[in-house]
Amino acid sequence: MTAFGKLIRTTAFRLTLVYLFLFALFAASLLGYFAWNTRRMITEQITETVNSELSELQQQYSHSGIRGLVYAIENRTLRPGANLYLLTTPQGQAVAGNIGSLQPGVMNHIGWANTVYHRLDENDSKNHFALVRVTQLSGGFRLLIGRDLEERQRLFGIVAKAAQWSVAIVLLLGLCGGIFVARRVLHRIDAMTGTAQRIMGGDLSERLPVGRSGDELDRLAENLNAMLERIEALMAGLQEVSDNIAHDLKTPLTRLRNRAEEALADAGNEAEYRAALERTIEESDGLIRTFNALLMIARAESGQARDNMVDFDAATVARDIQELYEPLAEDNGLALEVQTEPAIIHGNRELISQALANLVENAIKYGKPAEPAPGVKPSVLIEARRDAEGVKLSVIDHGIGIPEADRQRAMERFVRLEASRTLPGSGLGLSLASAVAVLHGGALRLDDAQPGVRATLAMPGRDVEQAGA
Amino acid sequence: MVTAINPEPTPSQMRLLIIEDDRESAEYLAKAFREVGHVAELAGDGEEGLSLAQSGDYDVLVVDRMLPKRDGLSVIGTLREKGDTTPALILSALGQVDDRIKGLRAGGDDYLPKPYSFAELLARVEVLSRRRGGPSEETSYRVGDLELDRLSHQVKRGATEITLQPREFRLLEYLMKHAGQVVTRTMLLENVWDYHFDPQTNVIDVHISRLRSKIDKGQERPLLHTIRGAGYMIRDGLR
Repeated sequence: MTAFGKLIRTTAFRLTLVYLFLFALFAASLLGYFAWNTRRMITEQITETVNSELSELQQQYSHSGIRGLVYAIENRTLRPGANLYLLTTPQGQAVAGNIGSLQPGVMNHIGWANTVYHRLDENDSKNHFALVRVTQLSGGFRLLIGRDLEERQRLFGIVAKAAQWSVAIVLLLGLCGGIFVARRVLHRIDAMTGTAQRIMGGDLSERLPVGRSGDELDRLAENLNAMLERIEALMAGLQEVSDNIAHDLKTPLTRLRNRAEEALADAGNEAEYRAALERTIEESDGLIRTFNALLMIARAESGQARDNMVDFDAATVARDIQELYEPLAEDNGLALEVQTEPAIIHGNRELISQALANLVENAIKYGKPAEPAPGVKPSVLIEARRDAEGVKLSVIDHGIGIPEADRQRAMERFVRLEASRTLPGSGLGLSLASAVAVLHGGALRLDDAQPGVRATLAMPGRDVEQAGA
Repeated sequence: MVTAINPEPTPSQMRLLIIEDDRESAEYLAKAFREVGHVAELAGDGEEGLSLAQSGDYDVLVVDRMLPKRDGLSVIGTLREKGDTTPALILSALGQVDDRIKGLRAGGDDYLPKPYSFAELLARVEVLSRRRGGPSEETSYRVGDLELDRLSHQVKRGATEITLQPREFRLLEYLMKHAGQVVTRTMLLENVWDYHFDPQTNVIDVHISRLRSKIDKGQERPLLHTIRGAGYMIRDGLR
């Protein structure tokens, strides 16, 4: 597409054209109205002059008869810029006046008429136009009084010319203005398009240029930039996840493969094969779990799980999870306790249950005190509370705890702190819990329980009245 | 070794239709089902699956969710519209809660995310086929000398009354309802606790061992058996 072609396709240019057309139409009709009005006024003026002269001459006629009238007419024709006069006998013979020739039949018709005429003293054959009035006088004489229309015509010509020029100038200026505005807009849009193409080309760090005027294009650019920011963050997250997946799925896959190979090479009897295969299945189950956890995190983070949100009491979730894990905790030498108060929340019950279950599993795994007090059974507490900030589901243990510096890192995917490397687990528990909290508009907090960890899913609650509505 | 005391009831033979487009998994499944004594037929796409399901008399349909020509959910939906109530189990790579709900809403009776173990699939299919045999909503269950009364919530082993926590009662109730059938850990988690996620730990095993200590401890003949690599089964006699 040529530059010009591109230009005339812009919205700014098209809008300019529409405005220009409307404006020209407006200007033309204004001038037309002006011309029409002027013409009417001139005509009125002529009529008035002719009428007053007629009454004067009629008076002259009635006072001093035909002779006096002829004299008065001759007198008047000599004045500069004289009107038109013609006095005829009943036979149609011209007696006095300054008209040489008339359109035939004008004198036969009493009243107003437009006519072509020539003056007596004129030799050129150029036609002149006049507005005339013919009156019947007593004694069969007819008197014509008129005025040349040249003036009116000229004025009309001036106005028409002015109209042509002004419309032409309006069109020209408007077109130039339109092109100027369109080019400016086009320039900015081109800059945006260029950036967008570079971004599509893979450079996500590019940003659209934002001007200082704060107009709608700037606002658009700002919003698109904010969107790019979010996309870049998501892409970075995705990159990190795929790196982690590559690492944390390939490691067990390699292990799996090695074992199979080893079994093929070494195993001699059925029992050994069986054992190798069982280990293989165990390893693949672990892989599947990791995979499921990753998918679940991805889904929670993308916000897709918002579809299945309902109102429910977080206290019930806390009690159900306590009931589910209590025997396991006891097997691990821990007392799992629960303390709840009604805490209505709007969310995905399944996801919140799983998040809480992950926190409880962590507490059971790492919640044993470093130096257990003799005779006292260490405990883990599940708590559901409702306060001004919202709903809090906490799991509190009194184990080895997480050093302050490591707390943020602990929530990242696949991060398994040094202290936990030897225990089984995918390293995804806390990041799933965190993703679930974020999905519900909250956050996962890890605090010091002195000693131990207080892991809290803090999420906005729902008022009971609101829930009922 | 002890089988002579209580002859094992031969598992009733099932006729299965497997609608799965991946040839290898389909044949693996068919072979595995045949090895445990069932009849399995195969369909490679949705249209073929639908016409076979309509013409043949099957006990359970195993339907892959994503199929060529016709989606698995549409196959089941069409059958249900025509009044066919053959139990259907949906296999799918989509394992999230909302996918599962969608599958069950379309008329599926159970939903198993891929990858799955054959033991899990077999256990679920057997439960489905049994369900079809008639409503097993009896008011009491009995396995050997273990008795569970669903109305009075009483459990007795012989003459001894056993006190169970509400959840233990529901666990035992589910196991006894499917006595003689393998019940997997995920089936228990889904049906007794109503959770559809996979805990990372052996949380169910601990509940089972508690229940076992209440009903089998000190008994000559244990009833609650662990089936390696699959799950649990309540049955009078040993395998």
